[in-house]
Amino acid sequence: MNSFITIWAKGRGNLATWLLWGLASAFVAYTFATGGYLIAVLQFAFIYTVLVTGLNIFMGFTGQVSFGHNAFAAIGGYSSAVLTTTYGWEPLPACLLGLAGALACALVVGYPVLRLRGHYLAMATLAIGLIVYEVAVQWQSVTQGYMGISGIPSIGVGSFTIGSDRALLVFLMIVAALALLSAAGIRRSRLGRAFVAAAGSEDAARALGIDVAHYKLIAFMISAAYAAIAGSLFVHAVGFVSPEVFGLPMVVMSFTMLYVGGIGTIAGPALGAIIISVLPESFRAFKDYQDLAYGAALIVILIYAPRGLASLPELWARWRRRSA
Amino acid sequence: MSSTATTTRILEIEGLSARYGHVEALRPVDLHVDEGELVAVLGPNGAGKSTLMNAIMGLVPTQGQVRFRGREVPRRAPAAAAALGIVLVPEGRGIFAPMTVAENLELGAYLLNDKQEYARRHARVLALFPRLKERLSQTAGSLSGGEQQMLAVGRALMSEPKILLLDEPSLGLAPRIIEEILQKLGELNRQGLPIILVEQKAPLVLRLARRAYLLSVGSIAAEIDPRTIKSHDELVHYYLG
Repeated sequence: MNSFITIWAKGRGNLATWLLWGLASAFVAYTFATGGYLIAVLQFAFIYTVLVTGLNIFMGFTGQVSFGHNAFAAIGGYSSAVLTTTYGWEPLPACLLGLAGALACALVVGYPVLRLRGHYLAMATLAIGLIVYEVAVQWQSVTQGYMGISGIPSIGVGSFTIGSDRALLVFLMIVAALALLSAAGIRRSRLGRAFVAAAGSEDAARALGIDVAHYKLIAFMISAAYAAIAGSLFVHAVGFVSPEVFGLPMVVMSFTMLYVGGIGTIAGPALGAIIISVLPESFRAFKDYQDLAYGAALIVILIYAPRGLASLPELWARWRRRSA
Repeated sequence: MSSTATTTRILEIEGLSARYGHVEALRPVDLHVDEGELVAVLGPNGAGKSTLMNAIMGLVPTQGQVRFRGREVPRRAPAAAAALGIVLVPEGRGIFAPMTVAENLELGAYLLNDKQEYARRHARVLALFPRLKERLSQTAGSLSGGEQQMLAVGRALMSEPKILLLDEPSLGLAPRIIEEILQKLGELNRQGLPIILVEQKAPLVLRLARRAYLLSVGSIAAEIDPRTIKSHDELVHYYLG
């Protein structure tokens, strides 16, 4: 709760903050009322919020690079899919087992890999994503390869399942909000300060007695946990999973959301996820030029708000001071 | 000091060397610090001063021995060195720009869990650097260079170091600020904190230091008693051989 109050207090009195949140909630309300295709788009955005929030903890707070978080989403997603369809598990324990699997994988992989820095770390994490993709394709007896697994049940506990699209939207929105609040809590905690210290200067942090390698590994595992949960949510929401779902496009998508929304900020992942999910849809009128318009919009955002949409309130405050 | 019988060596360094790949940045050096001493390490650019500091801390791969208060300082384990009470204020200060001044100070006492003790140290640092008090909720990146240096020193003091290593605290600062910071360091030292102070600007620190080592191309060229340096020319002689 504390962290929520801080987010609110920081933005209080800033018109741009109100505008941003106002627009977002108006859009969610509009979608909720009208229903249809946009509901699916928003569900997708909220699931990605969870994934990108995790990525933000590793990349934004801790200053590392990972091109491989799709691997953890895949582990979470496939665990949910296989356990609920083939073995008839409940969604919740299936999701938890996927989470445990992703954590174990992050621990085993992270321990050696996190000794690398910068580009080397990026390459090593990229490899993790590719390996998990390949496993999903080849391990046909379990994953059914390219065919994928369909008929994955909706999220629910016992006889209570979230059947309607609107109910699912509300549920995912709550999960996304929890993801943001937990990230805010982490950022404000002792642990979070160690993460940010490691991002600032590894040597300076070490010289203060902070075991940087240890904290990088913890950040990696926490972010893997978010990714695994996002993966589980995804397969339950869509009802289908195939290796393509967790391919490289997922990595590109989550990076775009992180940077457009504002890396290192709390609200950035949500703003980025919503904008990047909705933007291509809003350019449908451009028909053949849809991708062009989408690309141009991204460039404009990154030129005028280089630290992402979440930095707009700050830019607005600076503009106000200058013109005052 | 003639009273060698009563002074205790707290930091003893024997044959400490460091290399980056094929380049030997630091040839085996021996040096020591006695109880309550402020020791200066002087030398021109590229003499290996920073490497020496990083080597003591264990931030770079080294050979040789570092002992602190009779205990072996583990190599390649800076966190362990910090836990022994050896704290480095790195060159360029190494403050955490996106975090607030208060958070930076908190990180200095990262190994501490006692709230009362924390409050005591916090108050002590703010008493030493009152300017930081006004800036506690500001991000560290928004401070002036001098204030950042004060923050870096203050952050190091939060861990209540048993010896403080400072790598060129004067770097990029105005003379008046340097004067202020050096004066604070002198104050800390008089309160009993042993300090190793690395500097390029020798005249500034020779007034404070009890002893000085002169580094030149990766090895110790001379050990100087600052009181015997009578003129600027003499120092130039040391620098240029």
